Parts: sequence; structure tokens; C-alpha cells
Amino acid sequence: MSLKEKLVSSYLAFESHLEEDSHVHEIRNKAIRTFEENGFPTIKEEAWKYTSLKSILKKDYSIFPKGNTAVEFKDVRQYFLYDLDTYKIVFIDGIYSSFLSDTTHDGLDVCLLSAALNKPKYKAVIEAYFNKIASKNSITSLNTAFAKEGAYINIPKNKEVEKPIEIINFSTGNEAALMVQPRNLIVVGENAHVQIIERHQSLTNNAVFTNSVTELFAEKRAFVDYYKIQNDHKNASLIDNTFVNQERDSNCNVHTFSLGGNITRNNLNFYQNGEHCDSTLKGVTILQEKQHVDHNTLVHHISPNCESHQDYKGLYADESTGIFNGKVVVDKEAQKINAFQQNNNILINDNATVNAKPQLEIFADDVKCSHGCTIGQFDEDALFYLRSRGIGKKESEALLMYAFANTVLETVKIPELKRRINKLIANKIGVNIGFDI
Amino acid sequence: MLKIKNLHASVDDKDILKGINLEVNAGEIHAIMGPNGSGKSTLSSVIAGNENFEVTQGSVSFENENILELAPEERAHKGIFLSFQYPVEIPGVSVTNFIKTAINETRKAKGLDDMPASEMLKMIKTKADLLEIDRKFLSRSLNEGFSGGEKKRNEIFQMAMLEPKLAILDETDSGLDIDALKIVANGVNKLKSKDNAVIVITHYQRLLDYIVPDFVHVLINGKIVKSGTKELAFELEEKGYDWIKEELV
Repeated sequence: MSLKEKLVSSYLAFESHLEEDSHVHEIRNKAIRTFEENGFPTIKEEAWKYTSLKSILKKDYSIFPKGNTAVEFKDVRQYFLYDLDTYKIVFIDGIYSSFLSDTTHDGLDVCLLSAALNKPKYKAVIEAYFNKIASKNSITSLNTAFAKEGAYINIPKNKEVEKPIEIINFSTGNEAALMVQPRNLIVVGENAHVQIIERHQSLTNNAVFTNSVTELFAEKRAFVDYYKIQNDHKNASLIDNTFVNQERDSNCNVHTFSLGGNITRNNLNFYQNGEHCDSTLKGVTILQEKQHVDHNTLVHHISPNCESHQDYKGLYADESTGIFNGKVVVDKEAQKINAFQQNNNILINDNATVNAKPQLEIFADDVKCSHGCTIGQFDEDALFYLRSRGIGKKESEALLMYAFANTVLETVKIPELKRRINKLIANKIGVNIGFDI
Repeated sequence: MLKIKNLHASVDDKDILKGINLEVNAGEIHAIMGPNGSGKSTLSSVIAGNENFEVTQGSVSFENENILELAPEERAHKGIFLSFQYPVEIPGVSVTNFIKTAINETRKAKGLDDMPASEMLKMIKTKADLLEIDRKFLSRSLNEGFSGGEKKRNEIFQMAMLEPKLAILDETDSGLDIDALKIVANGVNKLKSKDNAVIVITHYQRLLDYIVPDFVHVLINGKIVKSGTKELAFELEEKGYDWIKEELV
């Protein structure tokens, strides 16, 4: 039985255990039909031309993990930003871990989607937001059909959340192969501020296939900083589908650090639904061996007087592959837009591959849109300069990598997170240059 | 200290250096002058180990050791320093962090531990004062957005920190106004001792008013065609290079 058939047939059993209202149930029924008709995307589709899921799909995944595997805090401590000073929503093999989490309902909701889907008091929010901006394509619909657990974050108007919120999905490897589909719903109220860190982390080398969907709503004047850390094991594959809806005067920044994993696909979509929105999409990708990362971004300028900034930096070693497919759509009404897109790549070895494909669809006539893609090698003059100061070749290359990634790193606003990412990068390139940048 | 014999070097199969002979001893200052394209910067790059240039003939020895097979960083560890004509911008790496890394990498190569932080700070302060470098400057990203003068001053600051035996100053005077030139020259003079040597590569005699050379060499078309004392520099300033070219014909 193929994974598709297995999923479709499991839906019946899944559905019969649901306790939620008919509104969501209807959405699910529709979603599973979409998936049943279309299945997993293949390289015949333009948007998936460079990313084949074939090798992932042939594994026999467990879809409903048995759950509650004990994980000791000391074993996973390294994956948290701080012991204390963050809210934490932690899932182990897709199941909520109250032991590792630190949630709240005090002035804001940082809790579970399962609770929000089932409890009447959240009904209005669910009806207003759930599945409202998630795409109705096949892979997102698959998540919608099975969406059961994930983070539910609701920040009320004018609330400045004083500590970052961490969403961490651990997989233990208790199943030989596991498929998880986290679903996050985040509503940031008018003039509210929040910082969120999302991480998927397997604790063993067993295969994991994650198909995650996050819907993020930024209301008027909301300010959101969202960081994605993708540094998983070599048998962990991730399809991350993130949808950001911005109302007027809101500011949303998503930084994606892709430093590991097997196949990673990021579908990051921004919709600007009001004037004076500011959107930032940045990423640093450092890959080696046969790793594969596909960044598929969309910024849809629906309203006038907005800005978007995209800056993706990639460093590719060995036989790794990187894709940057950045699409900017400017509607006819969206005049006076500034849309910038930058994608720079360095191939460290001859066998690494990068495919860069900027797409601009502009229907307004008074806009500023720019895009630039570069694919190159290390600057020989810069390397010589550093080496002539007594710094070894490897260390010099590392410094150049930092310098290259700096435009992305410098806008990470949580100092401890920046320090951790620097450390991850240093580990990744196997160099200790003796200081934090 | 430095002995160059019949040095030929090329880039992309184009011969640039065509038989250089030069000997520099400890305590000496040598100036190498010449028109554009004569090979001055190539000579400094080859001594420092730039792999873009291929040495096709001849030898370069430093303290009686052949250095042509050594990597640039190994030459730096032996005490060779090149002040770049066009220093490279390294965003996100501060001047301080960069120089710390350079010093500690050099110490590591010599089997020493990292320099203690307090000692490093003290040294940075002393050398920055010597070159009248503002403390804020040190926390800026290396060469990023620096003016021409700031870049050159920063090069000399690095030289002061690394305390090389042989410093090659490649067109350090270009892009400097007279005040900055004096500060840089003053720094070089203070760092000069009987145990180290300096090669000044320049177009103009101007810098040599402040860093007074013991020997002046004229490089034309990949060869040193004339050597003399500092008076030769004055003569070049006055008459240009054409008279030498004519002499050669």
C-alpha cells in the first residue's frame, strides 16, 4: 500500500474519533478529498520541479504514533533556548508533552491546538482563523485533514509578550519510521508583539517525515519575529508550509536557518492585506553531503504602500542541492510597493547544485521591485587577505562564510538565539574561530 | 633576512616578474618605485604567497629558508606581513575580533596558548593609541564602509599588532590625506627596529619624506632596473620614469 493509500484509508478511523464541531469536520472532509484526488506533489508540477519526494514516500511510516515516550529534560536541554525564560510548547512524536512544556493562559494563550479545537470557548477564534489562509493545495490539505495537534497562540491586543515562545517537535525514533503533521495557529492581536522560535528535532537517526502547517495572523500594527531552526538528522525530512496574513501597519519577519536534515521544503507565503505592511523573509542555508533544501517563497502584495524584503544566503558543499524559488506578486491596486529580493549562493564544491528562480508578477505600474541572484565561489582575494594575516585556510573560509551570512544573522533580535545559531554554524563548518560573531 | 634571486612570476601565462634580484637585511627600509603595471604589487603578492601567481623561476628565501612552497598563513607565522593596497571587507567580523583571531592563530602555529584577554586588550589599546585610532572604530566590521584612509590605517594597526619581521607596505600612501599619511608613517617609524625590515611600495616620493628609505629600487617591466639611495626617489619625483626607460634602450 502506498503512503497515499494508507493515509486516505486511515482517515476514516481518524475521523470517527474526532470530538470537535462540524465546522472543522467539514473542512477536514473537503481536505482529504483534495489530497485523495491529487496525492503528493511530483516533479511534473512546476513548483516541485527540483524536489522529488519519491525517496521519502516509499518508507512505511507509522501515522498514529503510540505516544507518550518519556524524554528526560537533560537529554533535550540543548535544544531549548533557555531553561526558564521562554514559553514552551513541546511535542514528542506528535503528542503534547506537558512535562517539557511551559504554557500559559495568563494574559495570552500559549497552549495546544487540540484544546482550541475541542473547547467551546475557542470556537469563535477557530471559526475566524482556522484554515483561512492555508493554501488548499494537496500537501497542505493533507495536513488539514489530520490536523490534530500543534501550537495555539493567541496574543490579545496591545500585549507585548515579554519572553520568546518556543515550539519544539521532537521525534524519539521509537517507530522505525514516523510521519507527523503538526498544525500551528497563531493570532497576534492589534499592536501586540511576539517572538517565536520553531524547531523540529529528531533524537535518533530513524526516519521522520514532517508535514507541518502554520497559519499566522498579524492584526493591525502587530509585530512578529519568527525564527525557524532546521538542523535535523540526516533521515529527517520536512515540508514546512507557513502562511502569514498581515493587516495594515503590521511587521512580520521570518528567519529560516536550514542547516541539516535530508529533504527540506519550505513553502513560505506572505499576504499583505493592508497598507504599510512590512514583510521580511530571510534565510541562511548551509548544506553538505546529499542534503537538499528547497525555499519556495511567495510575497503577495495586495495593498498599496507596503514593503517586502527577501534575503536568502546559501552555502553548499559536497553533493548538496539548494533551490530558491522566490515569487513576488503585485496586484493592480498595490501601488507604491517596494519589493526587494536577494539570493546569493556559494558553491563550496564542484558537485553541489543550486537552482535559483526569481519570479515577479507585477500588475501595478508605480512600484519598485528588484531581485538579484548570484552563484559563485569564495572570493580568492578575500581568502588571501585573511590567510596573509596568519589565519588558516579552513578558518579563513569559515570567516568568509560568516561574513556572507551576516546580513541575515545581524537581524536576529534574540541575542541568545544568535549565539546558538553562530554555534550551530561553527559546528556545521567544523571550525572554532575563537569568538562569537 | 629576505633574499630574492632571479624571480620570475606569471599570472594566466602572462609574465609579470622577469628576473627580480633583491636582498633586504634586518634594520633596513627599502622602497620599490615604478610606473603602473611594472609588477610592484605582483612582487609583494608573490612574497606573501598569493596562489594566483605562478613562480616560474628563481627563489625567495626568508631567514635562509625557501618560502615559495609555504602557504600564505605559514609565511605570516614566520613574520611576513603585507599591507594591502585594497583591503577586503569582512562584514560581521569586528576589527578587534579579527585581530584576536589572527594573533591567536599565529600563536597556535607556534605551539603557544591564546594570548590572555587582558594582555590582548592592553596591546590593542597601546597600538590603537599609537595610530590615533578611535575605540569605536575597533568594534566596526572589518573594512566595511571604511574610507580609503581608514582602511590603510587599519592595515598598519594590524601590522602593529602582529609585529612582523618583514612588513611590505603596498601603496599604503594611496588614498591618504597628508595628516593620515603622517600618522601612518609615524606609526611605521615607531615600530621600526634593528631587528625588522620594511619594504615600501609606492608610486610617489611623498611617503618617503616620512618613511625614509635606506635603498630605493626602480621596477620597470618586471625587473629592477636601477637601485640607489633616497636621492634616487627625489630624482624620480622630479623627472618621472621616462629618463630611466630611455637609459635602458
